Amino acid sequence: MATTTRKRCGRTGVSDDPQHVPRARDGRAPDVFRHGGWVPMRCYGENDEVDFAIVGTGAGGGTLACRLAEAGFSVVALDAGPYWRPLEDFASDEHEQTKLYWTDERIVDGENPLQLGSNNSGKSVGGSTVHFAMVSLRFRPEWFKARSKLGYGADWPLDWREMWDYYTEVEQALKISGPVRYPWGPKRPRYPYRPHELNAAALVLAQGAEAMGIDWTPTPLATVSAPRGLSPPCVYRGFCTLGCSTNAKQSVLITWLPRALAAGAEIRDLAMVGRVEVNEAGLATGVHYHREGAWHFQRARNVVVAGYAIETPRLLLNSATARYPDGLANSSGLVGKNLMAQSNQAVWGLMEDEIRAYKGPPSLSMTEHWNYQDRGKDFFGGYCYMSQGPLPALWATTQAGAHGLWGDALMRDMEKYNHQVGLKIVGEMLPQKRNRVTLADEKDQYGLPIARVTYSWCDNDKRLIEHSLRFMTQALEAVDARDIWRQEDDTCHLNGTARMGDDPRTSVVNADCRSWDISNLWICDGSVFPTVGGVNPSLTIQAIACRTADRIRALAARGEL
Amino acid sequence: MSNRYPGYDVLAKRHTPSWNEQTRRVIDKRLAISGEPRFFTAQEYALVGAICARIVPQPSDRAPIPVAALLDEKLVLNALDGYRDARLPPLREAWRRGLRALDEAAREAHGVGFTRLDAAEQDALLKRAEEGKLEGPAWEGMPSKLFFEKRLLRDIVLAYYAHPTSWSEIGWGGPASPRGYVRMGFNRRDPWEAAEAHGDDDAKALRENRRVG
Ligand SMILES: Cc1cc2nc3c(=O)[nH]c(=O)nc-3n(C[C@H](O)[C@H](O)[C@H](O)COP(=O)(O)OP(=O)(O)OC[C@H]3O[C@@H](n4cnc5c(N)ncnc54)[C@H](O)[C@@H]3O)c2cc1C
Ligand code: SF4
Repeated sequence: MATTTRKRCGRTGVSDDPQHVPRARDGRAPDVFRHGGWVPMRCYGENDEVDFAIVGTGAGGGTLACRLAEAGFSVVALDAGPYWRPLEDFASDEHEQTKLYWTDERIVDGENPLQLGSNNSGKSVGGSTVHFAMVSLRFRPEWFKARSKLGYGADWPLDWREMWDYYTEVEQALKISGPVRYPWGPKRPRYPYRPHELNAAALVLAQGAEAMGIDWTPTPLATVSAPRGLSPPCVYRGFCTLGCSTNAKQSVLITWLPRALAAGAEIRDLAMVGRVEVNEAGLATGVHYHREGAWHFQRARNVVVAGYAIETPRLLLNSATARYPDGLANSSGLVGKNLMAQSNQAVWGLMEDEIRAYKGPPSLSMTEHWNYQDRGKDFFGGYCYMSQGPLPALWATTQAGAHGLWGDALMRDMEKYNHQVGLKIVGEMLPQKRNRVTLADEKDQYGLPIARVTYSWCDNDKRLIEHSLRFMTQALEAVDARDIWRQEDDTCHLNGTARMGDDPRTSVVNADCRSWDISNLWICDGSVFPTVGGVNPSLTIQAIACRTADRIRALAARGEL
Repeated sequence: MSNRYPGYDVLAKRHTPSWNEQTRRVIDKRLAISGEPRFFTAQEYALVGAICARIVPQPSDRAPIPVAALLDEKLVLNALDGYRDARLPPLREAWRRGLRALDEAAREAHGVGFTRLDAAEQDALLKRAEEGKLEGPAWEGMPSKLFFEKRLLRDIVLAYYAHPTSWSEIGWGGPASPRGYVRMGFNRRDPWEAAEAHGDDDAKALRENRRVG
């Protein structure tokens, strides 16, 4: 399967500026566990036709790169972002660490323009998992058949029982720390690591839930509660969404990718893919990418796009040809459509006690009650809510942007920082065709048209949000919080834009993440979600990637690749 | 303003296990920022200074955070947010235009530029921007409400809370790698965290804050 190897991936030279000079080349990649360390990396020539060129190394692409390499395929995975060594590159600083985010310009519009940047997507080897909050939840089984079982959205072409096994695989691979007994849904195996200690903010959530008569749980988290190999246990420094400088966090960067390298995958950092090439026969032949100031072309038998829900459709649209004038894999007209954020509203209040919510992972406790309880709802879908621990810059922009404070009022409220508590939802938003990613006229630094992201809430979204705000307000009142206020406009996590399905007319890829139109073009990231559910998406994205790898292996064995 | 955390200084932890080398490097660089603007003109810079004084007013009994200088640095670097409301021009242009238009609005209402108004007049003008009530050719179609919310307020607040002085002021632990924290529950404080004064125990809080390290 593997093609000839040439041990050259670029110029020789020591890179000390990972944001401008690639680190992964010349037969080696950064050792993410050691200051200045390296691990060997197999390298392919651009003319080697590799089995898979993967665009993006996040939850979808990174996981898939690992599993395909371990199955014996030749893999080159490209990422526009830098290849970090967390121990030496990550500062304890909100400002500095914006270097982890996708901050290239994007235009937002619609009735409820999204706030992207920090809260949505990353640009790093390891993708958004380098700065994600580590909350690792399974879907409620019925969500995979939302249309037929619950009456909204669309059905997934996947069976929850199969997904249950892949969830288990991912939970083991990341050594998720979680409760002994999970209160909701069908039986699941024990979490590999014990739950984390709760901070005061998490205890407030627990007390509120108990007062309201609903279940709560310590949050299953992808940061270890005991040593694991070269990862020390979490030290509760609370900078998780700014990158974990201790490597306790089990991101794609330090879990799947070291495995991928060991299995012979090549990873190219600072490699921005601008176009997927297709030939006369309508098949993908490789990717054009920009690295070290020049455009290159990597040949490949299969191309996987895994750039997340904005960059994936942008790349497919930017790759339009005479044969595919509306972009690749777009015969359904659905590439870029049905973008779904998740609602991320919060209720904040003040406690008499000192809370100091900045200590520990930001969401140490949570409840999925309103994901599993359908009675008393005047909306479709569900939400979970979690305790919060914003650091000062995030908290100040929340107080300014969402609470409308400035001047003396802002300074007075900021002083109460250590007494602040908050409950925040991850809520389901429904797929709508008008919510979409298209191309703007403006170009980025590579000369590529940038994304225009259009978003409007539907009535169902608004009813869900209202329900959650009302409930969380009661939960904070129940623990005697004062000065309670609602943060009404926030969203997180992006999914959709290349949905999977059973029918080429109403979906972009099939259950195996293979595009209907171009048999050697695959999409494997958050874009393939037909619905989003009321939990954070990364565990599901990784589970889908594991399944896709198994399916590819099975198809290859049958000669159907 | 009352001082909730008397004597607490995040920087006292600079050489403790709460700070690592890369954090020291980053913060040192930030603390060295002050003085002459490189993006703003002298006139714009004076105006930005006056606006910052209203958005994030500072007490007179400590060295001020150089908010305008930190903002200037952001604009020199053209550090983008990663998204831009379709009704707003790019970062640098939004600031140039917004400042021009605010000053113009001050002249229209009071016959003098923004920096010459008293604090109440400045606040009133900013309030009108916040409410989207400032209009006119100087805005070139940019809604004043959006400029206020998404640029002016956001960028100034971010600049202020990027400075260690503001961290000390609110009693945040600050950088925390590799040491992290141990005491997580209600009213628990590690010895390297700020001690809060409650009105009757200022001396005790001061003593404890002097020992933070
Ligand atoms: C602040 C924050 C907190 C979060 N918290 C959680 C959480 O607690 N739990 C959870 O489950 N989820 C969380 N998420 C969401 C989660 O991180 C994402 O849903 C998930 O990582 C998406 O996976 P992906 O593979 O689709 O994309 P990503 O992980 O974003 O990976 C995409 C990668 O593709 C690269 N790329 C894109 N386009 C190109 C191109 N053209 N060429 C080369 N490379 C390209 C990008 O640089 C990026 O590295 C959080 C996200 C954020 C931002
Ligand atoms: S709290 Fe834990 S997971 Fe988060 S950044 Fe610190 S050590 Fe890493």
